[in-house]
Amino acid sequence: MKAKLPGARALAVAAVVIAILAGLGWVIASQGPLARTKVTVTRAQTRDLAPSLFGIGTVEARRLYNIGPTAAGRVARVLVDQGDRVKAGQLLAEMDPVDLDERLAAGRSVVERAAHNAKSAQSALQEAESRARVAQANADRYAELRRTGFVSQEAADAKRHEASAGQAARDAAGSALAAARDEVRRAQADLAGTDRARKHLRLSSPVDGVVAARLAEHGSTVVAGQMVLQVIDPASLWVRARIDQGRSGGLAAGLAADVVLRSLPGQAFAGRVERVDVLGDSVTEERIAHVSFSSMPAGATVGDLAEVTLRLPKVSGALAIPAAAVKRAGTGRGAWLLRDGRATFRPVTVGTETLDGAAQVLSGLDAGDTVIVHSSRPLQEGARVAVEDSLVRAAP
Amino acid sequence: MINLAVRDILHGWGKFAFTGVGLGLLIGVTLSMAGIYRGMVEDATVLIEGSGADLWVVQQGTLGPYAEPSSLRDDVHHAIAGMPGVAAVGNAAYLTMQVGHAGVESRVMLVGFEPGRPGEPAFLVAGRPILRGHYEAVADEKAGLRVGDRVRIRRHEYEVVGLTRRMVSASGDPMLFVPLKDAQEVQFLKDNDTLVIERARTAANPAFNRPGVPGLLEAVQASQAQSRQVNSVLVRVAEGADPEEVAGEIRRWKRLQAYTTAQMEEILVAKLIATSSKQIGMFLVILSVVSAAIVAFIIYTLTVNKVREIAVLKLIGATNATIGGMILQQALGLGVIGFVVGRIVAGLWAPVFPKYVLLLPGDALRGFVLVMVICALASVVAIRAALRVDPAEAIGG
Repeated sequence: MKAKLPGARALAVAAVVIAILAGLGWVIASQGPLARTKVTVTRAQTRDLAPSLFGIGTVEARRLYNIGPTAAGRVARVLVDQGDRVKAGQLLAEMDPVDLDERLAAGRSVVERAAHNAKSAQSALQEAESRARVAQANADRYAELRRTGFVSQEAADAKRHEASAGQAARDAAGSALAAARDEVRRAQADLAGTDRARKHLRLSSPVDGVVAARLAEHGSTVVAGQMVLQVIDPASLWVRARIDQGRSGGLAAGLAADVVLRSLPGQAFAGRVERVDVLGDSVTEERIAHVSFSSMPAGATVGDLAEVTLRLPKVSGALAIPAAAVKRAGTGRGAWLLRDGRATFRPVTVGTETLDGAAQVLSGLDAGDTVIVHSSRPLQEGARVAVEDSLVRAAP
Repeated sequence: MINLAVRDILHGWGKFAFTGVGLGLLIGVTLSMAGIYRGMVEDATVLIEGSGADLWVVQQGTLGPYAEPSSLRDDVHHAIAGMPGVAAVGNAAYLTMQVGHAGVESRVMLVGFEPGRPGEPAFLVAGRPILRGHYEAVADEKAGLRVGDRVRIRRHEYEVVGLTRRMVSASGDPMLFVPLKDAQEVQFLKDNDTLVIERARTAANPAFNRPGVPGLLEAVQASQAQSRQVNSVLVRVAEGADPEEVAGEIRRWKRLQAYTTAQMEEILVAKLIATSSKQIGMFLVILSVVSAAIVAFIIYTLTVNKVREIAVLKLIGATNATIGGMILQQALGLGVIGFVVGRIVAGLWAPVFPKYVLLLPGDALRGFVLVMVICALASVVAIRAALRVDPAEAIGG
């Protein structure tokens, strides 16, 4: 009997028993409260960090010209359409002048009439001068004759009176001419004013640019200040980027930027921060930076959505750990260290964080410390952990 | 003194082992059902622990962001942050939706959170946290996404930068964490067609499109397109402060509803999953009763099959205690094998279930005691049958 026991049957029984015990052991080790938390670890290393800021924005025109009339009226004609290139001073649209043209014609007639009046006044003056000269000559002659006694005193006085009357008539004619000339100037100024008002109804471009919008058609009535056309300077396109206040440390004018337009994905355009707005957005808690392009991307249009990455100055020789290793505890931050197979929490102060997931540790860790990056569940102080390469199955 | 039970088992060990394994599979199913029930309750409560909040501030008169819709202005958190006893506040937006990735659609709960504030994922199993302000996501690994995947949600593509574990909604849908502003856009921004139609509708309304007021229509349309709402404000109370007291202050002065962790748990477990968990619980009870009955039948049958051997034992003068002890030991042995096999298979197939199956050590312990009691009771019936066996049967028949 005893000799038979270590036979095939006994081995089979032993195999089944061992298999069941092994299974039980696996259950206890992997699923019970004794199971260790699986973690991945890395060492804190000194390296160079290239921090950056990220924001999204829209392409906008830095200079936008809204062109419209200064007084209410009807649009007479619009000469350009959206997308047309225009030159500075080019006529773009014209308002209906109503009666201004007729008033111009009337003004011109008034000027002509005044000119004629002035001419006749001139002639009248010449006539008066001539009369005055003849009267003076007569008066002089009679005065000579009176001295020698050839004519009576009465006749000489009459001639002297004629001479002074002629002078007065000449003076009056001179004044009439001056008045007529004034009238000419007034009529001319009047005409020029009407002409200016007429020209004011012609809407012309203040700059070389592109028509961005055509907002009224001929025949439509617009009020004072309403836009008829919008002209932008295409060379002045820039991106108005919004950057979360909480992650905007170091934002300043002059930072280098990479701009990816939604319309041209996979293509980064170089640029730089031109201006950081003094006023942020308190509702969305964002700061606003304007980023200009180094060279204007072909096909960029106003309103394009853009992703902006701003490169901050490099931080060299920084003690860095993965951002995933930085945990929050209460109000502070810290990292879990691996010490003799157990996790211990260590408060740390964190400096900059890069967008590729590295965090600079300012204090709390030493180079070479092993920190826990990922864990299969939240860690407890002193918990035993099992270090693995990866906690998720690799891609098939 | 040789152990009769062991000798008998070794005599027919193959049959015994197979019976034990069969029993084990049945117990495994029962344990899994208990695990499904526990997993369901756990799914509902993991939301509470995972968010890292002590208080949930929601729209007045609603049952929180999970059980009922709630809508708050997103600047409400400024006012709450200034209240005494409040350590940290965070806006959160929740939206259950379908997302497509690589041609497969899956149901996820989109969570908008503010990095560094309550509501962010507590830990990661792969990748890194969200560091850009837009268009990055951290997914629960149940969503079937991997680090580096790009997921399209409405208008934008999001890059999955990190994975987390056990971050699910109350109904077990995996969570997809995105920056709050993106989540707000997904939740409140209408699709392009609707926007265009709305604009036309507003333009046709003479009240908003008055000829003498240029710019009015644009202003009205701009105000329609933006929405700054969130579903809930998560609050972490300061150390030493009483959450109930802080919640009372918020309710009283801010005219908002505030729930503590305990109240939230009550809402989620007792209200949100009440019927479905009862359904599973009912089934668990029936399964336990059926399993107990089957265990009893198997042990009874095993004994009855050995009538002849028992009769021989009696004939050679074995006492009743010896025979009863043998049957009891065999029944308990069967129970132990069945339980161990059951626990192992339950542990093996638990991860394959689409929803979370939580096998609690306490449940296993209770199950073990229950199996032992059932085996002992069943063996009593079998022992009674064995003791009635006539020793003459060993010779006859």
